[in-house]
Amino acid sequence: MRLAVVTFPGSNCDYDVYQAIKSVGGVPEFIWHRDAALDSVDAVVLPGGFSYGDYLRAGAIARMSPIMEQVVTFAAGGGPVLGICNGFQILCEAGLLPGALTRNDTLKFESKDVWVRVENADTTFSRDYGQGQALRMPIAHAEGNYYADEETLDSLESGGQVVFRYCDPSGHDGEGWNPNGSARSIAGIRNEAGNVLGMMPHPERAVEEVLGSVDGLGVFTSLLRQLSPAAA
Amino acid sequence: MSESSESNSVGGIGAATAPQPRPGDPPITPELVQDHGLSPEEYDRVRDVLGREPTFTELGIFSAMWSEHCGYKNSKRLLRLLPTEAPWVIQGPGENAGVIDLGDGLALAFKIESHNHPSAVEPYQGAATGVGGILRDVFTMGARPIAILDSLRFGDLDSGRVRYLFDGVVRGIGDYGNCVGIPNIGGEVQFDRGYEDNPIVNPMCLGLMKVDELIKGEAAGVGNTLMAVGARTGRDGIHGATFASEELSEDTEASRPQVQVGDPFTEKLLLEASLELIRSGHIVGIQDMGAAGLTSTASEMAGRSGTGVEIDTLAVPVREPDMTPYEILLSESQERMLVVAKVGHEADVRAILEKWELEAAEVGKVTDDGTFRVLEGDRVVAEIPALPLTEGCPTYEREGVEAEDVQALRKMDLSPYEELEGSPADVFIRLLESPNIASKRWIYQQYDTTVRTGTVLGPGGDAGVIRIRGTTKAVAATTDCNGRYVYLEPRTGAMIAVAEAARNLVCVGALPTAVTNNLNFGSPLKSHIYYQFREAVLGMAEACKLFETPVTGGNVSFYNETDGKAIYPTPVIGMVGILDDVDKLTRHAFQSVGDAIVLLGDNTNELGGSEYLYVIHDLVAGPPPEVDLLGERRLQHAVLAAIQKGLVKSAHDVSEGGLACALAECALGDGEALLGVEVTLDDPLPTAALFFGEAQGRVIVSCHSKNAEKLQQLARDHGVPSRVIGTVTEAASGFVMHAKSADMKVDLNSMKALFFDTISNIMDAGGRE
Repeated sequence: MRLAVVTFPGSNCDYDVYQAIKSVGGVPEFIWHRDAALDSVDAVVLPGGFSYGDYLRAGAIARMSPIMEQVVTFAAGGGPVLGICNGFQILCEAGLLPGALTRNDTLKFESKDVWVRVENADTTFSRDYGQGQALRMPIAHAEGNYYADEETLDSLESGGQVVFRYCDPSGHDGEGWNPNGSARSIAGIRNEAGNVLGMMPHPERAVEEVLGSVDGLGVFTSLLRQLSPAAA
Repeated sequence: MSESSESNSVGGIGAATAPQPRPGDPPITPELVQDHGLSPEEYDRVRDVLGREPTFTELGIFSAMWSEHCGYKNSKRLLRLLPTEAPWVIQGPGENAGVIDLGDGLALAFKIESHNHPSAVEPYQGAATGVGGILRDVFTMGARPIAILDSLRFGDLDSGRVRYLFDGVVRGIGDYGNCVGIPNIGGEVQFDRGYEDNPIVNPMCLGLMKVDELIKGEAAGVGNTLMAVGARTGRDGIHGATFASEELSEDTEASRPQVQVGDPFTEKLLLEASLELIRSGHIVGIQDMGAAGLTSTASEMAGRSGTGVEIDTLAVPVREPDMTPYEILLSESQERMLVVAKVGHEADVRAILEKWELEAAEVGKVTDDGTFRVLEGDRVVAEIPALPLTEGCPTYEREGVEAEDVQALRKMDLSPYEELEGSPADVFIRLLESPNIASKRWIYQQYDTTVRTGTVLGPGGDAGVIRIRGTTKAVAATTDCNGRYVYLEPRTGAMIAVAEAARNLVCVGALPTAVTNNLNFGSPLKSHIYYQFREAVLGMAEACKLFETPVTGGNVSFYNETDGKAIYPTPVIGMVGILDDVDKLTRHAFQSVGDAIVLLGDNTNELGGSEYLYVIHDLVAGPPPEVDLLGERRLQHAVLAAIQKGLVKSAHDVSEGGLACALAECALGDGEALLGVEVTLDDPLPTAALFFGEAQGRVIVSCHSKNAEKLQQLARDHGVPSRVIGTVTEAASGFVMHAKSADMKVDLNSMKALFFDTISNIMDAGGRE
């Protein structure tokens, strides 16, 4: 299974995603944003970082990069696309996911471990988790405050598109556990078709005990299982 | 001023014609020389080197290269006293960064650097560009940066100006490192009036490389091509090196334009491009254009390899029109590198840079005449023998005399402060909420600490630890210095800085291996400051020798003064250590109820320089705690052996705030799983010193109760005093300390709130009530 890890100028989690994919038996491949086509890959990951420095609006320049046209086409054809952190921001900018990620309500860069609850365990990226399971993963972002209008939020909720939601360590909603002011504590959403996921927490940083958590593994194992059901 | 045409007399200058002044160059007057920071004697030396009067451009070059910042003129002689060698040292002082052997064909490059002056003027950019510079120092050695630490000092947070500086510095460090994608794994911060107007900003960087990928800042191979890569050259930061070699004053705001502006995105591209270049085999040397810009980079590269260089300023890509050679040579625009490409490989270099959307321009070549020659098209504007320029800076050894007021402070009778005013719990609470003791979480939650998935211990512990993928190993790093101790007695204070750094490393299970230092002082021209500097270097040298932690490089920052008032002398130690087995990593937090709490080392009746005196009695006085270096070494070995044998479940250094605060940190951990403490101390000591004194050579460890005797036997075998002082209890039982003279019991949840929220409460509320 070939998984493309797209590197934009300024991506800095590409290497971590690469290692995480490898650790669960996938075959990761770096794709430079100007270089190759996505013809023969099975899935695409847009990693975190500061594409083009994010000097304008996070992801606003990257979405105009040559590779993004192909990512849009790939997604339209049903190909799985995972955007993490800056990757989520780029997916929103590119219109592959609804809403936008605005500045954290703390007005600061927030780097810490958070808890997210699996709101929908029946997706390409979450099927290896249990419904309602609480996961521990790091966040590290300044613009992770998810925003969409009420109508969109309602439709995300009713359509099972909210995949991860910030919660307390026991998996319950709790005051003070939403780290950035996201609407309805949303940490990750998928598109209507279900093949595109964006999330602010970093599952690729929670894949080994030595790093403090293995709760992120499920995102990658779910994706691989989806791609090769026979092997699973 | 007359222009001499006798250019062949000194230094092996090969060119036929001496440089001529450019139209518009100001005449060289004694005032102009003085404005360039050169003394009349130094100017005479310039004329000796050249065998003639310098041009304006050349004066600028000498001014930068012979500034304190580049020339180390008041520090070089003493720095030679520091130990620099060990079998594991691959690269000692003199390069962009020190390098040590990690085994398995891997090496660690590391360095610390100051950005105090720019941060005092423009905290955000000053600190950000400090991070940029230290990253470049490391990746130009061929190493990929894997971690950042930051050692910071500010005045008291009561001051709005201090909060502005603190906030700006933290955001600057965070934004730059976060964007480039290098985890911040630790550091330290101290708040004290001694740093009111002069913050200390010392970022440190660690980088990992294969031993055979080491590359140096050399301009080797006559005929090879010099290429400027990365950002274009602008008018920012001109004479930053000279600026950093002056005291601050009320006029300093006017020097804001001398502070450079950082662009971490370009840095990230430059990092990737540089590592790709180094591995491509197309280049033989690379160096950051840091302090004194193109001038220092080109001349140092030539100086190191015994060659010459020739540069055409018209070929340097610039951001602004009509820049003079003087400006181009002395600009400190950020994110630029000078690369020495193998002749014929220029197009390959350009192709790599273009991939990363960066520019590369051929700006000169390596020559064989030992000369640093600058052309502006056809016109020679500077022609200076490279070695005398880079190595010939006059060096001074000055007279050092201790200030009398410091002697008086040190001799102050502290006995009136030995007994506590009020209950021990009240004093304890006030210390816990001192920003010096309280958690620094407000800072490091603004830093990405987990990117690159190597961080196994981030900020908040005794040291930061990064595992080395593909091996069982990890590297640990810490920065340490208590400026109050150094102020009160520089030699002891510097020894303590080294000893504490080593203790921090062994507490996480790492063997202390090498040091980079950042010597932050006032003006060396003052005899009492020079005394501090000399004594501190001597203390550091003695401790580093004994601990076998050679100094592989560092930085000297003098003139940290405002309106004549100097900071506390602050020789920051950045120490790195190695864990052979990352699974042996040990943390400071207590682990389980029922575990025995064991104190290694002795309690003493010492209060000098303590946080207790500062917070409770508003005093910085007395002698710093005594330090027994041999005892420290035995302690280090004992802690490491205990960790290796798997006897201990936690280990924590006792430092500021004494035993009570150290135990509190063990009980609070990272704030998630609190544990209670019950200890009983039978020392016949006054309560203040027993609970809050800062006696050196102490480590608190915890172990399963069945291992307590084994642990004590191990301590005895190492000649280290040890005793069981208590037990880890349920959080609900509280934090309890008994002594002959006093008892205290404090609720853990209220301790937690004070410890973790103090700094954010101050900063978010815009100041303390």
